[in-house]
Amino acid sequence: MVSLIKQPHPREKRMIFKNVDRPGWKTDIDTYLGDGGYEQLKKALTMSQPDVVNEVKASGLRGRGGAGFPCGVKWGFIKQDSPKPIYLICNADESEPGTFKDRYIIHQDPHQLVEGMVISCYAVNARLAYIYIRGEYPEGAKILETALAEARERGFLGKNIQGSGFDCEIYVHRGAGAYICGEETGLIESLEGKRPYPRIKPPYFPAVLGLYQCPTIVNNVETLCHVKHIIAMGGAEYAKIGRPNNTGTRILCVSGDVQKPGYFEVEVGSVTMGELINDMCGGMKDGRKLKAIIPGGSSAKVLRADERYKIKEKNAEGVTVDKEIGIEDIPMDFDTLAAVGSMAGSGGVIVMDDSRNMVETLANINEFYAHESCGQCTPCREGSLWMQKITRRMVSGEGAKQDPAVLKSVADNIAGKTICAFGEACAWPTQSFVAKFKEEFDAKAQRNVTPREVSDGVALQAGRPVLVHDHEVAAASAGGVPKPDAPWEVSNDSKSGEV
Amino acid sequence: MDIPAELEQKIDETITHYPVSKRSAVLPLLHLLQEHLGYISSETADWVAKKLDLQPINVLEIVTFYPMFRAAPPGRHHIRVCRTLSCAMAGSYKLLNDLCEMAHIERPQHAGHGTPFTVGEDGKFSIEFVECLASCGTAPVCMVNDDFYEGVNKEAAAEILQKYQ
Repeated sequence: MVSLIKQPHPREKRMIFKNVDRPGWKTDIDTYLGDGGYEQLKKALTMSQPDVVNEVKASGLRGRGGAGFPCGVKWGFIKQDSPKPIYLICNADESEPGTFKDRYIIHQDPHQLVEGMVISCYAVNARLAYIYIRGEYPEGAKILETALAEARERGFLGKNIQGSGFDCEIYVHRGAGAYICGEETGLIESLEGKRPYPRIKPPYFPAVLGLYQCPTIVNNVETLCHVKHIIAMGGAEYAKIGRPNNTGTRILCVSGDVQKPGYFEVEVGSVTMGELINDMCGGMKDGRKLKAIIPGGSSAKVLRADERYKIKEKNAEGVTVDKEIGIEDIPMDFDTLAAVGSMAGSGGVIVMDDSRNMVETLANINEFYAHESCGQCTPCREGSLWMQKITRRMVSGEGAKQDPAVLKSVADNIAGKTICAFGEACAWPTQSFVAKFKEEFDAKAQRNVTPREVSDGVALQAGRPVLVHDHEVAAASAGGVPKPDAPWEVSNDSKSGEV
Repeated sequence: MDIPAELEQKIDETITHYPVSKRSAVLPLLHLLQEHLGYISSETADWVAKKLDLQPINVLEIVTFYPMFRAAPPGRHHIRVCRTLSCAMAGSYKLLNDLCEMAHIERPQHAGHGTPFTVGEDGKFSIEFVECLASCGTAPVCMVNDDFYEGVNKEAAAEILQKYQ
C-alpha cells in the first residue's frame, strides 16, 4: 500500500492539518482537550455574536470549497434577529475529483471541525446544524458521531454550552454518492429528503431562503476549521498570513504523475506550481516531463506546461505591471490562478506527464460529468452525454473530422446556461482541453463522416458544427475495424485502461 | 417486513434528528435499511414511505437517483473500485479487471445509474465501478463494504479478496 507523506514538508505551515499524521494523536476528546481544544469556543462565547462575524470578516477568509467566496461576507447576509430559525450546514460532501483534504480532517481531527462549527453556529445564531458527509465516508461519519457525542457529554454541544446560555445541536447526515450534493442548494434539497436538484438563484440565496426555507449558511469543512484559528489569533493577525485578498493557509492535494503525491498545507500563494511539483512532490514520476496540470479539481481549466501566462504583479514601487510567466512560476493563490484562466477551486492539483494522451484524459473526465449531471437543465443533461459519447468515440479511433468543433460548440452551449455551476464544471474541461491540445484532438479526429444536413425536418444553421451520430460513424466505417463496446477501456492484457 | 426491534429503535431515534421535517430522514433510513437488508426493494421503499408519511414515489425517486442505493441484492461483500481520473491514471481499470478475474465475476458495465454492479455466481462478491472516492493521492483505491483500501495493486487485491472469504 502506498502512504502519503507523514512528515510535514519544511515549506508547509500547518494549522488545519496540525494534527494530521501527528505522532501519538488520537481522535478522542481527551487528546484534543490536552492540546488546548475547545479553548477558542470558550473564548468566542465571551464575545458578542457580531464581533465573531467581524473577526471572520477581518480575516479575509475565503471559502475553501471551490468558489472562494469570502466567508465573513456570506455570514453577513444572515439577519441575526430573523424570526425564522437559522441553520448551519457543513459541506463535507468532498466530491470534486482530485480533492481529498476533508477526508483527513474528518478522519484524524474531528473535534477541530466540531469546535469550528459550534463557533460558527454561535456567530450566525444557528441552533441546529448538520454535517452533510458524503456517503462514501462511512467510517468518517462514525468518527464524527463519536466526536459529537463526546462534545455533548462535556458540555461543548447541546443545551447551555459552557454556561453561556447558547444552545446548539449538530447531527451527521450521510449523502449517497451524488456529486451534485456538493452544490449548496442541491445539498439543501438533499437534506430535505429530495432529489438534489439545485435551486435557481438569484434572487434568493441560502442565507435568505435555505434549508426548510429558512436562512442557512453552508460552509466547507476546511473553511469551518479556519474559524477556530481566526478566533485564536484574531482576524487582523490571521489576515497577515498569505497574500492580500488570498489570506490564510490552504491545503493543496496533489495527485497524478508525481513521485510523491499528497497533501500540503501552505500559506496561500507562498509556493509556485513548480515548487509544489518539484520540491514538495519530488518531481515527476519516472523522470518524465510535465505536460499539463489541472490546478483546482477536475472542473478547473487545464494549464498546458509549455504555455506562457500573463499576470499582473505589483513591482517594488507598488505599481501594477504586466508580467509573463511559465507554468512553474504560477503562485498557487485564488487570484493568480483566475488570472491565468483557470481556478484555485477546491485545491485538487492533478498532474499529467508527457505519456498521457489528452483526448483520453478528457474522455475520463467527461465520463464523470455525464454520470453526475443531475438532469434538471437540458443543456447540461444532454450536453454532458454528447461530450461523453464524442470523446469515447475519439478514443476508440472513430473520431470524425468535425468532432473537436462539435465538442467546443456543445461545451459553449452548456456554460452559463444552467441553474447551477455544474454547467461550467462540465464545460470547462472540454473547452480548455480542446483549445489547448488542439493537435491531439485533431489527430484523433481523422474520419470523413458526412452528417445529416437536416435534423427532424429543421434545417440546421449554416456554419454551425453538426453533431455526428454514432450510427452515421458506424455506417461510414462499415466493413472496417469493428468498434469495441466501451472503446477506451483497453483489454486486460495490455498495460492500459490507464489514460 | 421484518424489522428487528433494535433497528426500528435506531430508525425512530434518527427521525428525531430532523425536528422540522420527517422527510429529511429518507436518506438516513435508506442507509440503515440497506445496511440491514443489502438493498432497497419496493417493499422496503413502501415501508419507509409509510414510516415518514410520504408517498412511495417520494422514496423511489431517491433510490433511483442516488448511486449508492441498490435496487437489487449485492453479493455478501460489495466491492467498489474508483474509476475517476487520478485512479484511472494509476491503473484502476486494470484493478477492476484483476478483481473481476480473481473473484470470477463478470466485469460490470461502465459506471451508470440503475444497477451497475455484477454479482458472482456463488454470491460471495459483487463489484461496482464507481466515481471518485476522494483519496486521489493514494490511487488506485477501492472499498469492500465499508472498509477502505489505498494504493491497491494486483497482489494487494488478491490479499483483499482472501480476507473476505
